Amino acid sequence: MALDSIQKQLLEKIADLHEVPSGAYNIRSNGESAGRNTTANIDIVTKTDKPGIDIIVKPGTVNESVHIPVLLSESGIKETVYNDFFIGENSDVVIVAGCGIHNDGGEASEHSGIHTFHVGKNAKLKYVEKHYGDGDGNGERIMNPTTVVIVDEGGYVEMETVQIKGVDSTYRTTTAKLAKKATLIIGEKIMTHGKQTATTDFSVDMDGEDSAAHVVSRSVAKDESHQLFISNINGNNRCNGHTECDAIVMDNGTVSAVPKVNANHTEASLIHEAAIGKIAGEQLMKLMTLGLTEQEAEEQIVNGFLR
Amino acid sequence: MLELKNVFFSAQTETGTKDIINDVSLKIDEGFVAITGPNGGGKSTLAKLIAGIYIPTKGQILFNGVDITDMSITDRAKLGVTYAFQQPVRFKGITVKDLVTLASGRDLNISEVCNYLSEVGLCARDYVSREVNASLSGGELKRIEIAMAMARSTELTLFDEPEAGIDLWSFSNLITVFEKMHEKIDGTILIISHQERILNIADRVVVIAEGKVRDDGPKDKILPTLLTPSACSVLTGKM
Repeated sequence: MALDSIQKQLLEKIADLHEVPSGAYNIRSNGESAGRNTTANIDIVTKTDKPGIDIIVKPGTVNESVHIPVLLSESGIKETVYNDFFIGENSDVVIVAGCGIHNDGGEASEHSGIHTFHVGKNAKLKYVEKHYGDGDGNGERIMNPTTVVIVDEGGYVEMETVQIKGVDSTYRTTTAKLAKKATLIIGEKIMTHGKQTATTDFSVDMDGEDSAAHVVSRSVAKDESHQLFISNINGNNRCNGHTECDAIVMDNGTVSAVPKVNANHTEASLIHEAAIGKIAGEQLMKLMTLGLTEQEAEEQIVNGFLR
Repeated sequence: MLELKNVFFSAQTETGTKDIINDVSLKIDEGFVAITGPNGGGKSTLAKLIAGIYIPTKGQILFNGVDITDMSITDRAKLGVTYAFQQPVRFKGITVKDLVTLASGRDLNISEVCNYLSEVGLCARDYVSREVNASLSGGELKRIEIAMAMARSTELTLFDEPEAGIDLWSFSNLITVFEKMHEKIDGTILIISHQERILNIADRVVVIAEGKVRDDGPKDKILPTLLTPSACSVLTGKM
């Protein structure tokens, strides 16, 4: 199969997850734990009441990372996994999650991860999540991630989620509650093709004074695919909220954006933006005057847009 | 190297068809040629016809003897035509380095990209990894556009009003850029401009008005006719 530049870039990203990462990690493969490493500051414990793990980061842990990749390569696996993250006060960590589904069979493979983050006072968390699917079978690749983020006073959370191609159906739900001076920054990148559908639904409660939330989605819908972006930003105190949906539609792809901001406090300052359209003709033209074909130009523009 | 033979171009407007280029024939060989004339006279359209953004309604365009009249933008670019836009385009997520690298058609390292940026007066390190998005000013974009044209370094380079949107302070530097380009060009530079100081660098000046070549000749012959009071109708606005 010929790889276009986007796929190559994606493979590079996914390849990072195939190496055994340094630091703490937990690898889940076809529904079972396939490897785990804990450190003095980061513990990973298997849940006893339901599938999933607890990841416990001790207060004051800085410059450590946790990798929790999930791989599904057998057709027909349906799983729901509950992962809870406890990020101790004053810690500063990076968590890299990702799910790769390779489905050559005829049955649907489905992974639904429910991630709950409890971010302690003045803790800093960067969370990176990548979703990828491939395989030649007719079996659908379905991912329905749910993310719950509870940020304590002064906590700072940055989430970067990427889903490029390969996932047939996805319904992403993200809810967050922010305490005093807590900050949440979400950057989401989605590209759908074929007949895929992707829905992403954000709901953020800025409960604390001087809390802030930025929810930014960049997406590209190709072929016959459809995307729905929903965001619900509630300013319940003196706070700053911003939500943005920026989408490119190509071929017969369609995108709907439903950004909603609710000022429930007179000191709440909220902005929403949504821009959907095809690639600007002048952008294509400019790159073509540099000697790129129309298709190469499109690739560069999409690639940059989703970077 | 570039020849326009009886080129016509008309556009559809709400009120019907409007003739924008009306039988233009031009032969341009090596050197630095400036195109000037009143706003709305057809200068930019002419540049777009040469770059392939518009296709003539009638007539022929030859590049080194090859008929490029119906050739795509991409194919012309590959043959050696570069077109620096009057209004540069913004790209979300694409960096200055990406664009200059794409323009050059080969892998450039940071210091090579910086050299091009320095030549147009941009403090390179500050710009190299910046996105070519709304955070850049119009003047910054114009300089990047010129740096891209330099990185391409093709046989023919078209600049559409490179001075537009550049502040006076930077303008004298820009003149130096074009003077330098004039000194070391191998190919042809075709520059659309209203600026006397840019016209002054040119070897030849072509005046386009009402879609026709109104005047054409060596700079020394044409410039004096443009700078008399009666020439106000020719050089408008932006002087």
